Amino acid sequence: MSLMADPSATGRFGEFGGRFVPETLVPACQELEAAFIDAWADPAFRAELHHLLTSYAGRPSIITECTNLSDELGLRLLLKREDLNHTGSHKINNVLGQALLAKRMGKTRLVAETGAGQHGVASATAAALMGMQCKVYMGAVDVERQELNVFRMKLLGSEVEAVHSGSRTLKDAVNEAMRDWVATVETTHYCLGSVMGPHPYPWMVREFHRVLGEEARAQSIALLGDVPDVAVACVGGGSNAIGLFSGFVDDRTRLVGVEPAGGAAVSRAQPGVVHGMRSYLMQDEYGQVQEAHSISAGLDYPGVGPEHSYLASIGRAEYPNVTDAEVVSAFQLLARTEGIITALESAHALAWIVRAAPELRGQTVLMNLSGRGDKDVAQMMDVLGK
Amino acid sequence: MSERAIGSMEAEFRAKRAAGRKLLVPYITGGLPGWQDALRAAVAAGADAIEIGIPFSDPVMDGPIIQQASQAALEAGATPVSILHDARALDVSVPLAVMTYYNTVHHAGHERFAAQLASAGIVAAIVPDLPLEESGPWCTAADAAGIETVMLAAPTAPDERLPRVAARARGFVYSVGLLGVTGERDVLAHTAAALARRLKAITDVPVLIGVGVSNAAQAREACEVADGVVMGASVVRRLLEGGADAVGEFVADVRAVIDR
Ligand SMILES: Cc1ncc(COP(=O)(O)O)c(C=O)c1O
Repeated sequence: MSLMADPSATGRFGEFGGRFVPETLVPACQELEAAFIDAWADPAFRAELHHLLTSYAGRPSIITECTNLSDELGLRLLLKREDLNHTGSHKINNVLGQALLAKRMGKTRLVAETGAGQHGVASATAAALMGMQCKVYMGAVDVERQELNVFRMKLLGSEVEAVHSGSRTLKDAVNEAMRDWVATVETTHYCLGSVMGPHPYPWMVREFHRVLGEEARAQSIALLGDVPDVAVACVGGGSNAIGLFSGFVDDRTRLVGVEPAGGAAVSRAQPGVVHGMRSYLMQDEYGQVQEAHSISAGLDYPGVGPEHSYLASIGRAEYPNVTDAEVVSAFQLLARTEGIITALESAHALAWIVRAAPELRGQTVLMNLSGRGDKDVAQMMDVLGK
Repeated sequence: MSERAIGSMEAEFRAKRAAGRKLLVPYITGGLPGWQDALRAAVAAGADAIEIGIPFSDPVMDGPIIQQASQAALEAGATPVSILHDARALDVSVPLAVMTYYNTVHHAGHERFAAQLASAGIVAAIVPDLPLEESGPWCTAADAAGIETVMLAAPTAPDERLPRVAARARGFVYSVGLLGVTGERDVLAHTAAALARRLKAITDVPVLIGVGVSNAAQAREACEVADGVVMGASVVRRLLEGGADAVGEFVADVRAVIDR
């Protein structure tokens, strides 16, 4: 059996996951689970999603071999180019799946949370395409640092609400989206943006991102004649990482998920319950959730998806963390050596590769380039000086 | 359900109901400046029990007023330990329950948290993000420590679910008044009476409507179907704006109107 099999009936990956939601939302989660199981087994649904992924989102995404940077680092670096998908990140894979499912369930409205704005833009895009209403919650701090994406969402016809509670970042945007859903659950689908939240989300979102891992495996074998030695991805909630890992979890490939130093939930290895799931969570001695701090809005989250906690707990994947300064260097490095402006989120994965390069000498390293960096250019102008 | 132990709060509620009294349970955020005085004022004004909120950083079932109160209490340094310590010293004549989110319980550990409640003189717990399917380990620990776990029932529940929720409820069944989070509303949602009626038809555990019961008139309307009400945001707003006296006046007013 695969290490990434279906979760238990209660939505557990080992001792992580579950469904810790207000009673009001339990029937909605159950209904969503049943609808997903039904749709995922339905060839017509799969065909429709496949059609959207290929004719709208631009799948399959290519793999780029970084010859310049490989020389510099002394290893063989490949990038899975999720940045080239429509809307500029991996988020579209999940959103097209969920929006199709929401329509099938008769829902007319989507709510979403967003950090970097990439999931918000993807949700707004799917809503526009499928004729649904969409409202996106975004922390006030992120509204400011990801201004470009706020405007994109509005252009696409979505409402964007700045969230001023708590840390005013992704964690609080999730809270506010859940509060909206509690009040609107009859007409609204909560289009959650990562492999987190209550069952069935961590599982369902993983399945929608499996496509990128499957492509990456086939592409690696075509290019290298083998699976890569190492597969690396950044981890906020963990959706792009789980997508990549899904292609290699049952192979010999070393799996590395990179967290920001200011949001390193897995390193602390302390289980907690928030946003509907039991998983590793940054919290104080009384269980109050702590604020994450990261230069990257998309990784500025104190928790992690439950399947990552599971993979860490059994030792199948490792979760180092990198500092903001390392990320800024990696961001510049990729631009200068390969002509690719990466999202700050994805730059975390590269930052780890750069740091670990001496021990990775001669190995094949596949990195998920989860998103493009246009959204971060204004912020980097401030950081680096014009 | 052969053996269903009836705890002290439920026994008291059942007795009062049998005597024709409607039950009034104000909610007060623990750790807010003046909360203990407000609690005593509410008891003096005729509350039948008090729900003490242990503030949590991420209260997803709460609207702006209780969010604001929770944040203020946390900023004032409130912790579960400090609130339970203060609760022990309250010496009031009605049952005390706590309302907190599950991570507070999970972090302390089920047995330890149940023991902490019991030693603070708390008799019941409400954990709004711990639905029936996930409640087993906590309920086992709570039952063993003599803590009554109040279960929430929501307007979205299908008919087959309600009897299972009611069967696991101790103290009372918390009949969620509307689709949404805590906060004051202009009118009592039509869902409030509808759900309470469905619950009354299937259980003899006391049924109290909470969430969105905002003033005396709405409390009275809710009590036409239910055995009582839980009032949160309306009480907490008065504590934030006017202190303990304002809470006492408000509770006295609601008491008078539901007793009329
Ligand atoms: C480009 C990009 N990568 C990664 C992430 C983090 O999300 P996840 O860990 O779910 O992949 C985000 C989130 O906003 C993102 O925009």
